[in-house]
Amino acid sequence: MSSLDPRIRRAEPDLWRFSTRPLEPLEHWQTYEVFTLRTRGGHAQHVGSLHAPNDEMALILAKEQYARRSPCVALWVVPTAAILWTRPEEEDIFQPATDKSYREPQGYLHTRERIEKYRDRLKPANP
Amino acid sequence: MIEALEILLLSLADDDLLIGHREAEWIGLGPILEEDIAFASIAQDETGHAQAYYQLLTDLGLPTPDEYAFKRSASQFRSAHLVELPNFDYDYAMALVRHFFHDAAEQVRLEALRQSSYEPLAGLAERLLREEKYHWMHAHTWIRRLGRSTEEAHFRLRSAIDQLFPYAWMVFEELPMETEMVEAGWLPPSSELRQRWLEKVMPILESLNLAPTFPSEDVLLPMRGGRHGLRSPYFDELYAEMTEVSSADPDAEW
Repeated sequence: MSSLDPRIRRAEPDLWRFSTRPLEPLEHWQTYEVFTLRTRGGHAQHVGSLHAPNDEMALILAKEQYARRSPCVALWVVPTAAILWTRPEEEDIFQPATDKSYREPQGYLHTRERIEKYRDRLKPANP
Repeated sequence: MIEALEILLLSLADDDLLIGHREAEWIGLGPILEEDIAFASIAQDETGHAQAYYQLLTDLGLPTPDEYAFKRSASQFRSAHLVELPNFDYDYAMALVRHFFHDAAEQVRLEALRQSSYEPLAGLAERLLREEKYHWMHAHTWIRRLGRSTEEAHFRLRSAIDQLFPYAWMVFEELPMETEMVEAGWLPPSSELRQRWLEKVMPILESLNLAPTFPSEDVLLPMRGGRHGLRSPYFDELYAEMTEVSSADPDAEW
């Protein structure tokens, strides 16, 4: 079967080096997690992961995978294996046992009101 | 002087246009997804560099970038034969070694052109060097890594280097009207640029035990003439493919 795609025509399938043999140890490259900084001094944001044969190549490949379409002034890469994480079945450690909504942003919503009210109480009564 | 300027800019532009096309032929065939994307992106940069060089001529009232890219006859091209070579049997060692030789040459030329007395070109060189820095980093990191890798990798690199080194040597073929260009302070002589290029690539290849011997005049003979309008045997097929759309529909816009 012939293809109309010139790349397929050029790359005769019998010349391809693909095969279905099992992978050799370490043949499958490790993964890295990639972070970008959008501005100098900004914080790093996780943008995705990639395969690379070593740390140096991870940075080089990350540049074209993750810094092409959005602003970037610096890249970080970290081997995925170097990241520690909590297990999903432990997620209840994030659930407070008592009401701690005062710690959440909306917990501070009425702070000013309360302060004003308190101040009013402290003011000496009008003579 | 405009004739000399056109020769110089076309030499620079045509190299980038054709290697951009050759490297883009790897899209979808790269050894691994991440490398496929990175290499394709580099190819796209090269095509953009070609367009920027053509534009300097367009600004002087000469043809447009599209006209330069798609409407010329073979003998009006001034590319080095290195960039015309096909990808043969899609050996990635060949692709990386060509990329390594080409981008080392680009670095050397652009570094020199920053000092060019032709200001539009000096300004453009400054801008293109930003992308070239990454191209060179990508190229030499791969070569250094594979050169210290397995026996197969070393063997395939050596074979690619032996085949491509003479072609790369001829990237620095003396340009027509070069004396005028050098006198005008546009760029240093090609022989000097070649020397700088050797200083860039040889220490890396030596450290990997991959240094090629310098090519003899006999070996170089069939690779000569690129800058003078002589095309390699691979050009016609390449150009027919590149101009397929523009010749089928001359008014096509993209």
